[in-house]
Amino acid sequence: MNYQEALTRYQHKINSVSSEEMVLNLGPQHPSTHGVLRLELITDGEIVKEVIPHLGYLHRCFEKHAEALNYAQIIPYTDRMDYLASMNNNHAFVMGVEKMLGIENDIPKRVEYIRVLVCELNRIASHLIAVGTYGIDIGAFTPFLWCFRDREHIMNMLEWASGARMLYNYIWVGGLFYDVPVGFEERCQEFVAYFKPKMKELNELLTDNQIFISRTANVGVLPLDVAINYGCSGPMLRGSGLKYDLRRVDEYSVYPELDFEIPYAKGEIGTVGDCWNRYKVRIDEIAESLKIIEQCTDKLTKEHKRTPDFDPRAKAPKKIVPKAQDFYIRSENPKGEIGFYFIADGKSDKPFRVKARGPSFSNLSVIPEISKGVMIADLVAIIGSIDIVLGEVDR
Amino acid sequence: MIIDIVKEILITKFGDQVILVEERAHLQPALIIHPNFIDDVCLTLRDHPETWFDFLSSLSGIDYGVEQKKFGVVYHLSSIIKNHQIVLKVMLENDRDENALPIVKSVSNVWKAAEWHEREAFDLLGIYFENHPDLRRILLPDDWEGYPLRKDYKTAERYHQIKIDL
Repeated sequence: MNYQEALTRYQHKINSVSSEEMVLNLGPQHPSTHGVLRLELITDGEIVKEVIPHLGYLHRCFEKHAEALNYAQIIPYTDRMDYLASMNNNHAFVMGVEKMLGIENDIPKRVEYIRVLVCELNRIASHLIAVGTYGIDIGAFTPFLWCFRDREHIMNMLEWASGARMLYNYIWVGGLFYDVPVGFEERCQEFVAYFKPKMKELNELLTDNQIFISRTANVGVLPLDVAINYGCSGPMLRGSGLKYDLRRVDEYSVYPELDFEIPYAKGEIGTVGDCWNRYKVRIDEIAESLKIIEQCTDKLTKEHKRTPDFDPRAKAPKKIVPKAQDFYIRSENPKGEIGFYFIADGKSDKPFRVKARGPSFSNLSVIPEISKGVMIADLVAIIGSIDIVLGEVDR
Repeated sequence: MIIDIVKEILITKFGDQVILVEERAHLQPALIIHPNFIDDVCLTLRDHPETWFDFLSSLSGIDYGVEQKKFGVVYHLSSIIKNHQIVLKVMLENDRDENALPIVKSVSNVWKAAEWHEREAFDLLGIYFENHPDLRRILLPDDWEGYPLRKDYKTAERYHQIKIDL
């Protein structure tokens, strides 16, 4: 049987483009592709006729590595998947292992609140990058600087807690690396107070900006049925008008105890499912995350206060050997549904197989569908609105 | 439970031979489906008003080990409307010859999301998906040899005169 048949077909298509068409490479070293994504475009003048994405420039064999490491050692590798939201990856992975061990109900409440607190801080940081770089894709330079300035505060705070700026390895199976430093909760409250007016400024500068709206509204419309069929999740799915968030659907960790809304696109400007609506969902999510942070810091300073004898590693197992089983865990990453599929053989402390389902991977796969017949400049707007992280697409 | 509903729907439509094994012992119950039926099973479960599995969370290719001579594909389906999930599995006998890959029917016409996941399983594990519209390698270069996630994979010494150092 010929397993190369599709490759021959693809090569034939590229070699036989007609004389009015042109094959154009966008990336892998192009700033608008947000990393090392290469898009092969078949264009007719300014019009994109077909997009062929090429991935794998950042493939680091996560799944192969995971088979050779024990569960605790894999956590730093999950950091490097979606490196803009490492805490959320840690959290998903750790929850999966805890469920397999059956210790998910033994985790102290303080640990759970700290986990949610750092995850939401990281979610804001990730969305700030998405928004800032999206602005720069479209030609707005100032929001980028503002977003990075504010993100730096979060980076500093998380560095204070974990010791690293981006790749934290902070959430451990059964607990945390350390308790948050003394004064962390107060600093979070200060940050929220500082950041709220900054969001207002950002909205005035970008969200309601007429040039920005002209570039993004009604561009790259992703209908809801297409989004679901392609496995899009997170802000992509909510941007298409569906109120669906795994934090509410699966009710994991302490999210049921927290009060927050799920933002979804209502189409105030443009059409539901276009780039502007996806962008707006992220902006709204930042506000909701701030609400969660306020509630978490409140709980962490009152009900689940720091005590001298509190040990965040108390429940952490010395050796992690789950029973023989397979298990799929999913949770809400800033980009969408992050999933880990484990197969444990029951004998060793290393997983037999780990499959990572990156949200960006599925979100990106919709690109050939929604960018047929758009202008090249609009294609850049569409890529930016998907908010991909290549570390997670390629793993 | 959803697994009982799914089982009933499948047996009425396809007969007894469609479900080979039921795995109920674990946290997430799974059904092992006969490979001949997998694409029709998925289509049925997607469109049936009681199951409505409209979202493919993940599709993973599995190598069950060198001595097992068995490959598998695991489908994690979830329904956004009904808010339930199910795991389907397909097992394939294969004696690990790279010129005779295990063959599964593609479900990319049921969920487009499967398209890239199947390409990934083909790329890393060498599972061939029949009727897939564009089954090229996705993460590795087109001219890569071998399937790295297989348990018996040996790293090549060189790739285009570049020494592969471990």
